[in-house]
Amino acid sequence: MAGDELAVVPLRHWGRWVGGAVILALLGALGYALAGAKIDYAAVPGFFTHDIMLRGLLNTVVLAVVAQLGAIVLGVGIALLRRSANPVARWFAAGYVWLFRGLPVLLQILLWFNLALVFENISIPLLFQEKTNVLITAFVAALLGLGLNESAYMAEIVRAGLNSVDHGQVEAAKAIGMTPATTLRRVVLPQAMRVIIPPTGNNFINMLKGTSMASVIGFLELVHAANNIASRNLQIMETLLAAAAWYMVVVSVASVGQHFLERAYGKGVAR
Amino acid sequence: MSLVRAVGVRKRFGGTEVLRGVDLEVAQGQVVCLLGPSGAGKSTFLRCVNHLETIDEGRIWVDGQPVGFVERGGKLHELRERDVARQRRGIGMVFQRFNLFPHRTALENVVEGPVRVLGEPKREAAGRARALLERVGLAEKADAYPHQLSGGQQQRVAIARALAMRPKLMLFDEPTSALDPELVGEVLEVMVDLAREGMTMIVVTHEIGFARQVADEVVFLVDGAVVESGPPARVLENPREQRTRQFLSKVL
Ligand SMILES: Nc1ncnc2c1ncn2[C@@H]1O[C@H](COP(=O)(O)OP(=O)(O)O)[C@@H](O)[C@H]1O
Ligand SMILES: [Mg+2]
Repeated sequence: MAGDELAVVPLRHWGRWVGGAVILALLGALGYALAGAKIDYAAVPGFFTHDIMLRGLLNTVVLAVVAQLGAIVLGVGIALLRRSANPVARWFAAGYVWLFRGLPVLLQILLWFNLALVFENISIPLLFQEKTNVLITAFVAALLGLGLNESAYMAEIVRAGLNSVDHGQVEAAKAIGMTPATTLRRVVLPQAMRVIIPPTGNNFINMLKGTSMASVIGFLELVHAANNIASRNLQIMETLLAAAAWYMVVVSVASVGQHFLERAYGKGVAR
Repeated sequence: MSLVRAVGVRKRFGGTEVLRGVDLEVAQGQVVCLLGPSGAGKSTFLRCVNHLETIDEGRIWVDGQPVGFVERGGKLHELRERDVARQRRGIGMVFQRFNLFPHRTALENVVEGPVRVLGEPKREAAGRARALLERVGLAEKADAYPHQLSGGQQQRVAIARALAMRPKLMLFDEPTSALDPELVGEVLEVMVDLAREGMTMIVVTHEIGFARQVADEVVFLVDGAVVESGPPARVLENPREQRTRQFLSKVL
């Protein structure tokens, strides 16, 4: 048979070549347009490292991280209430998610920021008393608005994660005499993490960008910082581009972090 | 005195009664094999013994303690889940589907109970865990994750994990039913050794050969009730009851 081997003609993927060429052409046109646009690119690095911009960056990151961490803790709590044997607890958890997930974040931030209009003081009888407008700063209002909304999403993510763990795992833990709390901490949550981390990473990236809504109540995050700088020199596009660059940096760092977290919790999974 | 005493155990799931008044006694050091057709309630009974299921009527005592309750002031008080967990420490259980913790290595699986439940120091627990893995013939697999082990190896790790709690009673729920035929032997071997060393065991199994070899008593459960029980030599060779004979003719 060796003598009559036929020449092989590989399949030519003409469509791929054409598609690739179209995409490159479009990108080239975009680049050409941007290069010719009335943007003073040389000014961007200066705004990128501008004092106010860096303060905005710090505030953005702190607000996003604190809001996300708070949301994770609350979310786990609400998810556990949702699975509780107590019907009142389940009902409360469902209502919590319904409310904080249902309202726009911007509206929630504004509601918290204006709380002083309806409650002059906030107090816990015998323990604590403070004027509302002292307590609810722009940061606190943004934290509550972003964090509570996110906690409702986290509750659903955590609930899905807990449900994904095989019930046999809980039985095995019980059979070696683990208490419910230890079972949750040592057996169920670590396995649920595989399901919990990817959407949480997504949400955190959303959170980083969502902090820009705090600009409407005068919190100095990246967008507000850019506006602030631009109002003095009127180089609006240039300052916005500098802020945009920071968002891309922060989001990229978050994505890398997510990758490593996923790997850490992927232990024991066949690949 | 019997280590396990079950009296009139009844259990319902919804409308159907799955256990209909089961009595059973297991003396210290005895091996009892629970036999019976699928759906007879064998697993359910086993799960009642360590309170993974609550029973509707009757009572089970393990080592003199009423399972799921505490006797105080002439009354039985239902235990909180935390205290039930304390009772379960002394009862090891091995499942049909192994249920090893997939995110932990073989060694970590065995160490988990002693450290997190008994509060043993990690070093000491790890030392004991290695000895237990050695005993089930898996010393060299200590650092393997469950998914890297065969079914038979996983089940042996599961047995080691249960033994690490120094149980006074071991429950086995069809420990070899999920295994490829050629892996059944290695698990049964470990169980035979355990029986020889005097462990008190209740074993749900379809391995008649195992029952004949190690059981002090075989109990036939059909439709939630004991139809026949006695020493394996008599019950397996000379069953009196029609339903026992039917069942044996199918599995032998
Ligand atoms: N959690 C449950 N809910 C409802 N029915 C169940 C449950 N567990 C077992 N059963 C039913 O109880 C009966 C006995 O089950 P099981 O104890 O698993 O039998 P066996 O182990 O002897 O095969 C079966 O009919 C089964 O469908
Ligand atoms: Mg069963």
